[in-house]
Amino acid sequence: MSDKKPERRDFLFTASYAVGAVGVAAVVWPLVDQMNPDASVKALASTEVDVSSVKPGNTITVLWRGKPVFIRRRTQEEISEARSVKMEDLIHPEKDEDRAKNPEWLVMLGVCTHLGCVPLNDKGDYDGWFCPCHGSHYDTSGRIRKGPAPLNMEVPKYEFVNANTIKIG
Amino acid sequence: MSDHEYKPTSKVGRWFNDRLPLLTLANHLTDYPTPKNLNYWWTFGGILTFCLITQIVTGLTLAMHYIAHADMAFESVEHIMRDVNYGWLIRYIHANGASMFFLAVYIHIFRSLFYGSYKSPREIIWIIGIIIYLLMMAAAFMGYVLPWGQMSFWGATVITNLFSAIPLVGEGIVTWLWGGYSVDNPTLTRFFTLHYLIPFLILGLVVLHIWALHVPGNNNPVGIDIKKPSKDTVPFHPYIVIKDGFALLMFMIVFAFFVFYSPNILGHADNYIEANPMVTPAHIVPEWYLLPFYAILRSVPDKLLGVVAMLSAILILAVLPWLDTSKIRSAVFRPLYKQFYWILVADVLILGYMGAMPAEGLYLLIARVATAYYFLHFLVILPILGFKEKTLPIPLSITEPVLGGSPNLAMAKNKESLNK
Repeated sequence: MSDKKPERRDFLFTASYAVGAVGVAAVVWPLVDQMNPDASVKALASTEVDVSSVKPGNTITVLWRGKPVFIRRRTQEEISEARSVKMEDLIHPEKDEDRAKNPEWLVMLGVCTHLGCVPLNDKGDYDGWFCPCHGSHYDTSGRIRKGPAPLNMEVPKYEFVNANTIKIG
Repeated sequence: MSDHEYKPTSKVGRWFNDRLPLLTLANHLTDYPTPKNLNYWWTFGGILTFCLITQIVTGLTLAMHYIAHADMAFESVEHIMRDVNYGWLIRYIHANGASMFFLAVYIHIFRSLFYGSYKSPREIIWIIGIIIYLLMMAAAFMGYVLPWGQMSFWGATVITNLFSAIPLVGEGIVTWLWGGYSVDNPTLTRFFTLHYLIPFLILGLVVLHIWALHVPGNNNPVGIDIKKPSKDTVPFHPYIVIKDGFALLMFMIVFAFFVFYSPNILGHADNYIEANPMVTPAHIVPEWYLLPFYAILRSVPDKLLGVVAMLSAILILAVLPWLDTSKIRSAVFRPLYKQFYWILVADVLILGYMGAMPAEGLYLLIARVATAYYFLHFLVILPILGFKEKTLPIPLSITEPVLGGSPNLAMAKNKESLNK
C-alpha cells in the first residue's frame, strides 16, 4: 500500500474523513456547550446593593452569581494596617490602594481561593478573614497571608452608582 | 467452557437455541469450570453484583419521588423519609448500600492484590475493574450531592474546584461543570442525570469484566494455571452458587445492621442542614471510602500537584500488571511480597484515618509519609521485588499438595491423564 502513489481514490478517502470530522465536531459542540452558563444565569450578572446602613467595622454579605460577596466598611485602623504592609511580605502582592479604590469600602468575593469555601469575618492571625476548611488567613485587605490558598480574595468589577449604592458586576 | 456442543433436550429449546443461543450461554454459566480451592475472598464478585443491582433498584424507586431542583431537592428527600411508604427504608438501603458497595469493592481489589489476580493473562479484567471503580467513585460523589444538604453543596464545591488547578483552562472547565458561576441548580440537574446514567455504564462494564474472566477462567489461592475442566475444578453450579449465596447472606447481615440499627453512622450530620452558599461547615470531609485519596490530595502543599498526586494514586493501579515484575501470582509463595502487601494495607488505612483528621501538625506529617510510601510501594518496591525475591516452590496442581507426593512433572502429567 505504502509503495503506491496516491490515487484519486485516496484523495476521496481523505476528503470524506475530513468532511466527516467537521460534521461530527459540529454535532458534538452544541452537546458540550449546553453545559456552559445559560442566558438566564448570565442575565443575573449584575446586582445593586444599598450600603447606607453599614456602620464602620461591619461587613455585609450579599449573593452575586450564587457566590457570597463581602462588603466591608473598614475602620481607620484597618485601612492603615492594610496600607502599611510591605509588598515583600505578601504571597500574592497587591497594593491595598488597587484593591479598595475608596479606602473605606472593601468589596470582594467571599470565596477562598484554595477550594472555594467561605472564610469567616474578623478571624485569623491578620485581623481579616480565616477559612475554616484548610486554614488560610487573610488580612484586612482580603489578601492571603498564611495557608494553602494561592491568591488574594478576588475583587469583582463594581462601581458606586451613588454614595449609598454599589453595583456589582 | 465445556468441550461438547450444547444441545437443548426439548424440540422448542433446540428451535430457539438455533436462532438465539441463549441456552448455550446459560449452560456455559452453570457448567463453567471453577477452581475447587476458591476461598471466601472469592465470593465478593457475586456480592458486588448484588450491591449493583440493589443500588439500581433502590435508585430507580427513589427517583420516582426525588425532585432534582435546588429549591426542592432537600425537601423532597425529607418527603421520601417521612411521607413515602417505606421511603425511609429505600433511602437508607441506597445510602448505606453505597458504603457496602465500596466495602465489598475494596475487599475484592485487595484480594486481587494478594493473589496476583491482575497478572497475565488477566490484565484486561483488572483494567476494566479499575474503570468500574473510577465510575463508582464518580457515581457516589454525584449521588451524595443530590440531597442538597450542606455537605452535598460544599463537597461538590471543593471537588469541582479541584479542576481549577489545571493551568489556563481550569477556571473555564469549572464554570462549564457548574453551568454557572457557582454550584447551583444547573449543577444539581446534570449531576442527577449522570448519577442515573453511570450505574448502567457500570452494568455494561460488569458484563465485559465477567466475559473477560471467563476466557482464562478464575485465578485461585495457589495462583497456578490449571487445566479446565479437570480434577482441579468444580462446575459453577451448584458448588460456587451455594458458596457465593452463603457469603452473600453473611454480607447482608452486616448490611442490614447498618440499615436498621445505625443508618446515619456513615453519613455526616451537617447534611441534614439544607445547602447554604453563604456558610461553609467548619470541617469538610468526604465519605469514608474516599478518605485515603483525600489525604493524598491534602498532603501535597501545591494545589496542582496535589490533584495530580491524587489522580495518579488511582491510575497507577491500571498499570500495576506491568509494575509487578514477579512471575509468581499468589502471595502464598512470595514471602517478601506478603509482608509488603500487609504494609500497604496498613498504609492505606492510615491514609484513610489521616483524611478524616485536620490537615495540620503531626497528622499532616504522617499523611505525607504514608503518601510517599504508597507511591514507593508501586513504583519501586514491586518492580525490584520481582527480580530480588526468592519465591517458594509452587505446586503443579491444586490437588497435588493435598494428595501428597513429590512435585514431579511426570507424576503430575500422569495424574492428569488419569483424571480424564
